[in-house]
Amino acid sequence: MSEKRMAKTANEAIAEAMRQINPDVVAAYPITPATEIVQIFSQFVADGKVTTEFVPVESEHSAMSAVVGASLAGARAMTATSSQGLALMWEILYIASALRLPVIMPMVNRALSAPINIHCDHSDSMGARDSGWIQLYSESVQETYDNVIQAVRIAERSLLPVMVTTDGFILSHCLELLTPLLDKEAKDFIGEYRPKNFLLDTEHPFTVGALDLQDYYFEHKRQEAEAMIESKKIILKIGEEFERKFGRRYEFFEDYKVIDSEVATVVIGSAAGTTKVVVDQLREEKIKAGLLKLRVFRPFPAEELKELLKNVKVIAVLDRADSLNAVSGPLFSEIRNALYDLEERPKIVNYIYGLGGRDIGLKEIHSIYEDLEEINRTGKIKSLLTYLGVRE
Amino acid sequence: MKKIFKRPKSLTPEKTIYCSGCGHGIAHRLIAEVVDELKIREKIIGVAPVGCAVLAYDYWNFDVTEAAHGRPPAVATGIKRVRPNRIVFTYQGDGDIAAIGTAEIIHAANRGENITVIFINNAVYGMTKGQMAPTTLLGQKTTTTREGRSPQLDGYPIKVCELLAVLEGVTYLERVALDSVPHILKAKQAIKKAFRNQVEKKGFSLVELLSSCPTNWGLSPQESLTWIKEKMIPFFPLGVIKDKG
Repeated sequence: MSEKRMAKTANEAIAEAMRQINPDVVAAYPITPATEIVQIFSQFVADGKVTTEFVPVESEHSAMSAVVGASLAGARAMTATSSQGLALMWEILYIASALRLPVIMPMVNRALSAPINIHCDHSDSMGARDSGWIQLYSESVQETYDNVIQAVRIAERSLLPVMVTTDGFILSHCLELLTPLLDKEAKDFIGEYRPKNFLLDTEHPFTVGALDLQDYYFEHKRQEAEAMIESKKIILKIGEEFERKFGRRYEFFEDYKVIDSEVATVVIGSAAGTTKVVVDQLREEKIKAGLLKLRVFRPFPAEELKELLKNVKVIAVLDRADSLNAVSGPLFSEIRNALYDLEERPKIVNYIYGLGGRDIGLKEIHSIYEDLEEINRTGKIKSLLTYLGVRE
Repeated sequence: MKKIFKRPKSLTPEKTIYCSGCGHGIAHRLIAEVVDELKIREKIIGVAPVGCAVLAYDYWNFDVTEAAHGRPPAVATGIKRVRPNRIVFTYQGDGDIAAIGTAEIIHAANRGENITVIFINNAVYGMTKGQMAPTTLLGQKTTTTREGRSPQLDGYPIKVCELLAVLEGVTYLERVALDSVPHILKAKQAIKKAFRNQVEKKGFSLVELLSSCPTNWGLSPQESLTWIKEKMIPFFPLGVIKDKG
């Protein structure tokens, strides 16, 4: 295994992964903070380091459409985007997944307009949670890179598109240590793409996306739902193989001292790194604190989460997005839902933080654990939802 | 002492984010001078773009709304239909108008919306750091066309004014440049006419400004002006493209 360590931003690491993947087609439109990914990649194209057909299209709607076309024609196809770009792709996101196209898309999390903002929150990808895409979240530059490499295999085995997210600016533009795979390791791991069906295979002509009304539409959607369920096994299997070969463990989530904890948080993305520091500090003070860092949000590993969280006394779910449903953030709804069938349920509260790139530090996360301890002591929840670090 | 030069009332004292030699500052000022001269500051509504000029609302001293990338002509349509007596304009770059928002500009023009469009063409995506724009010249090197724009791979530069000229709904189209004092004075006259057309309810008017982007062209501000003259103007000819009067 490679011991070559280098300093890379997540954007650079994604571009590096894309160079190793060498997709047949990349179509993209620039958007801050994801622009760099494809820009660096276009340099690889110009230098002949990849054999990719690169198309600088006129919008994200066209980028996703071109990638859908390429994938239908039998190509390994990728694009990358962020925020408004993802929003503009919306219509085609559903088409990519429902046509069962293994498209791979790095997605740099950025707040949605309005007001216009370029910094990190998860409102973009959380909004796309029901679009039938597998979603992998990353805590660090290394995880972003590893997730992109694994995404190719996951997509092509499950015949579902995969979105790999990374936190805008916090990861996309900040240098961290990266140990990439050697080119040969990456190539061998990813393997060659051999689609079963593709357009212009004259021996096996077929039609896709045809009109599908009351007669069969429902059955096709049911199959899509089944594919998402089945993808859970695939994600775990590929994670195991990755660990066996390269030593880094990837499952649905990371259990950071949750197993014997009394108070725990559920966190997605880069804030998990900060939370680990707080958990370590609390553990030194003999407080039984834990962190569950969710990597796979789609498919949602409800059973596995329930199993791990069932003995925790009080849980805080941290959402970097708001559902604006007058109740809670999106992650909270799903975590609480997963715990419903337990006979004795943990107490659970929600914190919405970091919208539009508002920083979250040790102090803020510490305050969450203080709240959890108080709930554990008194048995009383003062506030189900707290907006953390906002002026009100 | 007699004061012979001052900031237009329609410009705020805010310092801009623009690079040295960028054309946006001149374009903003020309619009502000025209708005002052036509005495429409109290009734004008601007629609700001996505791109380097995203903060234009900080620099103009009148009402402005932000729109999603490419959608200003549709947003302006909505505003103008509700407030027909206001003067509504969009300020858009080449990515906004000729790439992501191609549908919106064509259909607003085709409907003959009585709005004014100021189109900044600098042949490159500025804010995202120099990728190919639809108006990038053949052979021009950008961060996504490292060997220069190739017609086989990337298509041809789009001439927005000529594209819109065939639409019946369009009243006035003129292309001007910000590379020299005579051209800048001419640009101001074109902008003024485009706004006056709206005041007189004559219909859709668009002024294309060939503008410099030294940072992303990799040239000095002075060299950039020469580049407009020697490279852009021969391909994007200046003058009135259409005027239904």
